[in-house]
Amino acid sequence: MDQLQTNTFTGNRGKILRDWFNPLRGGLGLIAFVLNRVTGIGLVVYLALHLVVLSRLFQGEAGWNNFITLARSPLFLMLDVILMAGMLIHGLNGVRVALVGMGLGVKGHKATFVVLMLIAAAVLAYAAFRVFTA
Amino acid sequence: MQWQVTFQVFRYKQDGSSPRFDTFQLDVRPDEYVLDAVERIWASHDRSLVFRHACHHAGCGACGMLVNGREKLTCKTRIEQVASPGSTVKLEPMRNFPVISDLAVDMGAFYAKIEGTGSNPIRPGDPLIDCETNQPVPSPVPTTRFADCIECGLCVSACPTSGTDPQSLGPATLHAVFRRAVEEANGLNAETKKSLFDMADSEQGIWRCHAAFECLEACPSNVNPAAAIMELRRRVLAGKLGLLGRS
Repeated sequence: MDQLQTNTFTGNRGKILRDWFNPLRGGLGLIAFVLNRVTGIGLVVYLALHLVVLSRLFQGEAGWNNFITLARSPLFLMLDVILMAGMLIHGLNGVRVALVGMGLGVKGHKATFVVLMLIAAAVLAYAAFRVFTA
Repeated sequence: MQWQVTFQVFRYKQDGSSPRFDTFQLDVRPDEYVLDAVERIWASHDRSLVFRHACHHAGCGACGMLVNGREKLTCKTRIEQVASPGSTVKLEPMRNFPVISDLAVDMGAFYAKIEGTGSNPIRPGDPLIDCETNQPVPSPVPTTRFADCIECGLCVSACPTSGTDPQSLGPATLHAVFRRAVEEANGLNAETKKSLFDMADSEQGIWRCHAAFECLEACPSNVNPAAAIMELRRRVLAGKLGLLGRS
């Protein structure tokens, strides 16, 4: 089997990954899958960054205040909005996965996904407004 | 009416050469099937083209491949469904299987997984219906029919989890588990039933599914592996919570 190439389990991980982002390859379910994976990885990376940021507390009050000034910059606020987008997409898509896993809404999984993502978009729009205006 | 269509065909031989695409221009009728075009390429242009085919009526599941990047059973995919006059049709082997040569993939491990479930592809038949009264009529002998799953592998090719983890059981195998453990549960002893649910409830079983439902989109035989996986999940979960027996 080692000689067999292309589209194999072991031989072409790059193609498998590229295929995730191929819009011609799949339907709405694949988009949901990819969004869940990407946001999941993003949230894990955020958690690590968050812990690094919290470690600034060890540098005393001055170090922390410097960070707070940075955190109020427009670029950082935009990163906050991206974080909220990841949380909303991952969390609400997780609700869909949990529902179908319990046998609920299996036939209507696409409609469920669309409705949940519309809710995510609405909440995100409001949250972004509050982040930049509060 | 004839269309000129260009076919880009994936080529790979186990001789150390790199995979490539070969191009063939064919005059085709739009209502011909993609498999007809593949056979014509083999017959008239390149006898070294390797592909799988057998029944030509969507019964054997041998001719599954990627047509323009999507999983298709080529004996039931008309050219007009995937092409237009002057367009290009791209043919590749299925994803998530080792490629033997060109468009042919190694289905051995896939068949072994399904066989491991002990699922019988021959099922009790539906009752005979009197065409005048539209009522069931008794059959002189027990009727049988083949299971809907034709084991074409297109669901595994479409499944992103199968692409990520080759050890995952995949949609077709989990559907076979469902068929035997749920649909054909009568007559199964408790030990067999438990082993089937344990197979489903394993690390590589129902919990590896990420609910992309691509298996449902790809299936050419009206099987719904995704619904079977979700029903197995529901039963396993309910069993663990003591809400339902696993029968």
